[in-house]
Amino acid sequence: MSEFNAFAAGPWGSALAIALMALVTFLCRIGGVVLMSYVRITPRVERGLRALPGSIILATILPSALENGWPALVTLGASITVMAVTRIDLVGLAAGLGTLSVIRALL
Amino acid sequence: MSSSLRPFFSLAGLRYGARAALPALPGFTMFSAAFGTAAAQKGLSLAEAMGLSAFVYAGASQMIGLEIWQQVWTPATILTIMTVTAVVNSRMILLGATLQPWLRHEPLARSVLNLFLLTEAGWLIGTRHYNDGGRDVGVLLGTALVLWLVWQLATLIGFFAGALVPDPKAFGLDLVMPIFFSVMLVPLWKGVRPALPWLIAGIVSYVTHALLPGYVYIIAGALAGVIAGMLIE
Repeated sequence: MSEFNAFAAGPWGSALAIALMALVTFLCRIGGVVLMSYVRITPRVERGLRALPGSIILATILPSALENGWPALVTLGASITVMAVTRIDLVGLAAGLGTLSVIRALL
Repeated sequence: MSSSLRPFFSLAGLRYGARAALPALPGFTMFSAAFGTAAAQKGLSLAEAMGLSAFVYAGASQMIGLEIWQQVWTPATILTIMTVTAVVNSRMILLGATLQPWLRHEPLARSVLNLFLLTEAGWLIGTRHYNDGGRDVGVLLGTALVLWLVWQLATLIGFFAGALVPDPKAFGLDLVMPIFFSVMLVPLWKGVRPALPWLIAGIVSYVTHALLPGYVYIIAGALAGVIAGMLIE
């Protein structure tokens, strides 16, 4: 163990930390695929997985949007509206960035 | 359902995926450049910063990693950073779960590469293709390769030119990832009822964010959404 301590404290400690971070991240990345190859995809499981993309988006953006107050909410509203009308993702993105820039310039 | 469509891989899909990555690039560039700058300020070497971006390649965990980065490592601190990384990135297990039917017939080596490059942004772009009836795995890989390359480049720029990067707030670039995500929400919309789990995910995420530090709120909200989706007929 003391040899391992010395190795971790030495010049290779950072490389070891990065390698292990990369390893656990890769296991997370393949974990779902490996797991689902053993699970029978019932209609219920399929419904749950179908809800995932929207759920991840809301779970990711809602706290920071609410934290940033009304300018953030108006911005996201603008990008969603423009995307819904045009269906072109770059246009929706530009609408959001433009709205936020204008709001901040005026504040 | 769409399970009758058979997945395949094409170079045309690879090119299409590379182009489809475009709307995610502003967010990727900002986040990765910010990481590069923070890594340089924290005293990481270029090799360490690039090593994290190249091999861990997961923004939130890279940023958190910087907070607990050590000049001299011990087995305990290495175990800590490994555990924190696993917790922050555990949400990727869910992403992979939805990809399994798409990747089922893929050669192992290509799936390993595709999954090594898995990110939320790339997965959302791929999911849009899949939901439109597309089954070309090349699209997923094409997007992923472009995103990874841009991530490396932006870390490099941030590491050396952090002081030259303009204040992201001036151009609304601090919110560019949320804006990208909200844009990707639109094609997912299939009416109010299928969106109920999203609402539950949002509420659970918001409450978790208020109660717990770190990035646990994302996986908490995502899991709540999946469970809600399973329960709502």
